[in-house]
Amino acid sequence: MTEIFALFVSSVLINNIILSRFLGICPFLGVSKKLDSAFGMGLAVIFVIFGASLMSYGLYYLVLVPLGIEYMKLITFILVIATFVQFTEMFIKKYIPSLYKSLGIYLPLITTNCAVLQVALDNIANEYDFINMIVYSIAVPVGFMTVLVLFATIRERLDASDVPNAFKGNPIALVVAAILALAFSAFAGLV
Amino acid sequence: MNFIKNLKTGFIDENPVFALYLGICSTLAITTSLNNALGMGVSVIAVLVLSNVIISSLRKIIPDEIRIPVYIVIIAGLVTVVEMLIHAYSPSLYSALGSFINLIVVNCIIMGRAESFASKNNVVSSALDGIGMGLGYTVSLVVMSFIRQILSTGAIGLTNPFNESVIFNLQIIPEAFSISLFKTNVGAFLTFAILAAALAAYKNKSVSKGAKK
Repeated sequence: MTEIFALFVSSVLINNIILSRFLGICPFLGVSKKLDSAFGMGLAVIFVIFGASLMSYGLYYLVLVPLGIEYMKLITFILVIATFVQFTEMFIKKYIPSLYKSLGIYLPLITTNCAVLQVALDNIANEYDFINMIVYSIAVPVGFMTVLVLFATIRERLDASDVPNAFKGNPIALVVAAILALAFSAFAGLV
Repeated sequence: MNFIKNLKTGFIDENPVFALYLGICSTLAITTSLNNALGMGVSVIAVLVLSNVIISSLRKIIPDEIRIPVYIVIIAGLVTVVEMLIHAYSPSLYSALGSFINLIVVNCIIMGRAESFASKNNVVSSALDGIGMGLGYTVSLVVMSFIRQILSTGAIGLTNPFNESVIFNLQIIPEAFSISLFKTNVGAFLTFAILAAALAAYKNKSVSKGAKK
């Protein structure tokens, strides 16, 4: 149990997927201008990472390993992710139209979120068993969402402040990200 | 003349990394040393040129509705080949770049060029476009890794990734004065922010110059 808790805490705070592993920076910069959309994106990413990791994990150990074609994992995983995102989009569009409207264009963008692919690859590379895989696949996107929401709240304030011309927009957002990363590096050694 | 103009567009006005913010994840992560930056740059150029060539030669056969999945499969296949080659011939580079070789698949630059250029143009110009864009990306990586390596270790060096022999190694700042912060994630974000701001300032200046004329 302690081991699982340690894995969870280290994946959310210490090895945070955005701030210390630099994955998923595109949506981090693109969707963090408003708190609402950051929140929606966070939830969608949790769902997609969890679903896609579960499917790729299953496919890897039930199909690729018995057939001895492990080197096909990259092609398989990226197709699984693209299909999964597509199905999620269709499902939400049909059954929860209000959520679909608020997420809008952010849903298809998840395919190019490198965090999704990395989690699927990590599960294999770190040789996680089933329970660890589940914990890891939930903890990483929870970390993603935490930082995204934190960052969005800061960025909403940033709009009202007087920023030097050249730093307007993304550069100042990256400076903020650097400070946030500095704060998060204090979590190192927690577990 | 036209080619030089294209290069300038790729390097400054539409620099894929610092102006368009494409492929940032790998830029932030692997620019800790010049070696990694060059290795990553060359891998991306190889994948980009090959995927542009293949996609542009198949552009009349691929049905429009399923083009994105087809592109993904082509790119993922190429990346797998590049990954295996690096693993076989340069284990040190392989362990330094880590999973970021795999993540070339989701590098927006490659998909972006496939969709916006290679699917509409002939093979030769697609190959040239791949080289130009890839060079823009590589130069950005090199500039950023240069700054970070000098500030964090005080030295700048290059080793041959195939046999580990040192090509050159210059100590510019004494080691006691190096700022190790620039090796960490904080330094990555800061360096990137300052470079992006510098490029924006340069562009603003040339825009206002143009307005005066």
